[in-house]
Amino acid sequence: MSAEMERPVAGPNYAAAARDAVLAGVIALGVFGPLIGFKTEQNMNNQLVVENRWGIVIVIVAIVVIGRFLLKAFVFPALVTRKANAGPASTDESFFKRNFKTIGLAFLLLYPVIIVSMLGYQQSIKWVDNFGIQILIYVMLGWGLNIVVGLAGLLDLGYVAFYAVGAYSYALLSSHFGFSFWLLLPLSGILAAMWGVILGFPVLRLRGDYLAIVTLAFGEIIRLVLINWREVTNGSAGISSIPKVDIFGWITFNVADPTYIGKILDLPPSSAYYKIFLYYLILALALFTAFVTLRLRRLPIGRAWEALREDEVACRSLGINTTNTKLTAFALGAMFGGFAGSFFAARQGFVSPESFVFLESAVIVAIVVLGGMGSMVGVAIAAAAMIGGTEILRELSFLKAVFGPEFNPDQFRMLIFGLAMVTIMVWKPRGFVGNREPTAFLHEKKSVSGSLVQEGHG
Amino acid sequence: MAEMIPSWETNPILSVEHVTMRFGGLVAVNDLSFKAGRGDITALIGPNGAGKTTVFNCITGFYKPTQGMLHLRHADGKPFLLERMPDFKISAKAKVARTFQNIRLFSGMTLLENLLVAQHNPLMIASGMTVLGVLGFAGYKKAEKHSIERAEYWLNKIGLYDRADDPAGDLPYGAQRRLEIARAMCTEPELLCLDEPAAGLNPRESGELNELLLGIRRDENTSLLLIEHDMSVVMEISDHVVVLEYGTKISDGKPEAVRNDPRVIAAYLGVDDEEVEQVEQALDVVTEEAQQ
Ligand SMILES: Nc1ncnc2c1ncn2[C@@H]1O[C@H](COP(=O)(O)OP(=O)(O)OP(=O)(O)O)[C@@H](O)[C@H]1O
Ligand SMILES: [Mg+2]
Repeated sequence: MSAEMERPVAGPNYAAAARDAVLAGVIALGVFGPLIGFKTEQNMNNQLVVENRWGIVIVIVAIVVIGRFLLKAFVFPALVTRKANAGPASTDESFFKRNFKTIGLAFLLLYPVIIVSMLGYQQSIKWVDNFGIQILIYVMLGWGLNIVVGLAGLLDLGYVAFYAVGAYSYALLSSHFGFSFWLLLPLSGILAAMWGVILGFPVLRLRGDYLAIVTLAFGEIIRLVLINWREVTNGSAGISSIPKVDIFGWITFNVADPTYIGKILDLPPSSAYYKIFLYYLILALALFTAFVTLRLRRLPIGRAWEALREDEVACRSLGINTTNTKLTAFALGAMFGGFAGSFFAARQGFVSPESFVFLESAVIVAIVVLGGMGSMVGVAIAAAAMIGGTEILRELSFLKAVFGPEFNPDQFRMLIFGLAMVTIMVWKPRGFVGNREPTAFLHEKKSVSGSLVQEGHG
Repeated sequence: MAEMIPSWETNPILSVEHVTMRFGGLVAVNDLSFKAGRGDITALIGPNGAGKTTVFNCITGFYKPTQGMLHLRHADGKPFLLERMPDFKISAKAKVARTFQNIRLFSGMTLLENLLVAQHNPLMIASGMTVLGVLGFAGYKKAEKHSIERAEYWLNKIGLYDRADDPAGDLPYGAQRRLEIARAMCTEPELLCLDEPAAGLNPRESGELNELLLGIRRDENTSLLLIEHDMSVVMEISDHVVVLEYGTKISDGKPEAVRNDPRVIAAYLGVDDEEVEQVEQALDVVTEEAQQ
């Protein structure tokens, strides 16, 4: 690649970056074209034949070009500006950074449209389902847990228990009683919140490590109950054929129904419609979580959560009932977990205790911590990186060509996961978004440096 | 007549009656009784480890006294038995606010937010226990505006109005002390307990603090109880001084009376020379003022 010295340029210079990227691409093509593009193979008659592997070459060259462009256009200037004004945060942020939330939201809304128009309905399923829906579930779980861990500073290692309560509430009540999703969604949330209060009552007297351990145990207990209470939960075999969600009974997603969406809208039958619908459903649920959390942060209860994280003793000296305040945080976090759980059950059509192991809790906590405790945007980025990252690993099967057919990138998931987390925590110890946004201001809004913000202790 | 019976005996806001606090074998407070007068600045002094902070923790409910009673009576006559109330209710219902010897601000929150958290209870009611607030009812907006005005009032009083949007943890030490007092005052207390408010302040800041405390007594219908090592502060602003040593009360009276008490002088002689000097200098100042 070009060994040109980096000139310290301030803003991103897209033209120069593009030129550089093309150059790097040409070089990569020159290097990898012959090396990887041609492969000799013996055919039936022991003749040596050349096989072309242009697909892989294109992928590699594309990675080089895009990578070079990103480095040149964003990473290097960012590093330079960071070095230039180390200390005070720069006031003139880039357009991208300033409008990050709007751009992100627009992207999320258009995502299925983009994918479908690029790949067609049938091919879009994987991208909408494995990436879109999967990531958004974790965004929602991250935002829910963010209330408990990020705002109130209570380390809850058993969050997945509430996710399980929501999922099983929907699974059981819909398959036994045939209740609709739209009734069971709020009900699952309420049931999960109730469990949050039941657990919270004895547990929230504990602080720090003790709270973490007890919540961890609670998560495991719920899972063991699900495994062993066979009569109700069908044990580790789980519950299958959970009814699909429909649009208030007007439109359904079962091909056999007269109200099937394909028949109503005169489209060929495809399972993609249901996935796209689910995508928008989870997007709406996640945005609802974000909306409520943002509202709550500006209300006295949200400020009390953050004050609790900062100093519990001071809170009590100001007349704040800390037990109730913690309980509301716990219950609300659990409620959003329950919503996500019932969505999960509806989307999978199948639930089993396997889905609610401790690793899930750990992943959600990791998302909150990586994102930067208390930051909604940070949590969303972290969820996209962690969940999207693991999904991408599944897509790397072309690496088999490099490392041989036994190579399974999925096996390295945890390893890469751990490495990435360590790297990020070294690079940004406060998570992706380390600054805290104040909830009220008199003169001008200034974000608070993460180093002053406490992490909570129980 | 008023000369004979001190005002704190006739109209006390707080009566501490035979309070004892034991930690295992250690008697931190031993059968302590005193009264704090309504509208007075009462100072609780004594050498290190005398049990002053422990008394505060009993008054504000952070410790439950082993024995004894703590009576509080509001200006409207409403009585409270503090030893029976949980700590947050002592602040919310009995209207006793406090500051801490080692400052406890919400350091990652802005000054304004610190003062808003102090108004949690009225704001919580205004937000309909959050429900109406989430739905965006107008009543809450009004209540919040009112709270912000109160916060502005106190920010002006402590001279930190311009720094309202900075994190509390960024403030210099003296300003943090004042902010903690303002935060306590935002709960609209009847009794304000200050644990060594002048500790670590330079003479100018200490003077400003005196002004602030006198202003609170004058304007706010709040009685003050303060622990202080800085004798100049004690002698200059307090109406009544209670002296503790090893958890036992050794003197109680007007500053002029306490300064001449041989037991007080002995107690301070037992500590260190610097503090004795401080006592003596302060006493001289007061004597001179009294003679003029
Ligand atoms: N929670 C506790 N557990 C055990 N002992 C305690 C506790 N709190 C205070 N003590 C002890 O009680 C005694 C009085 O402590 P206290 O903090 O009330 O003194 P103080 O008068 O405030 O001293 P200083 O001027 O240094 O602040 C000390 O011997 C202290 O060690
Ligand atoms: Mg003390």
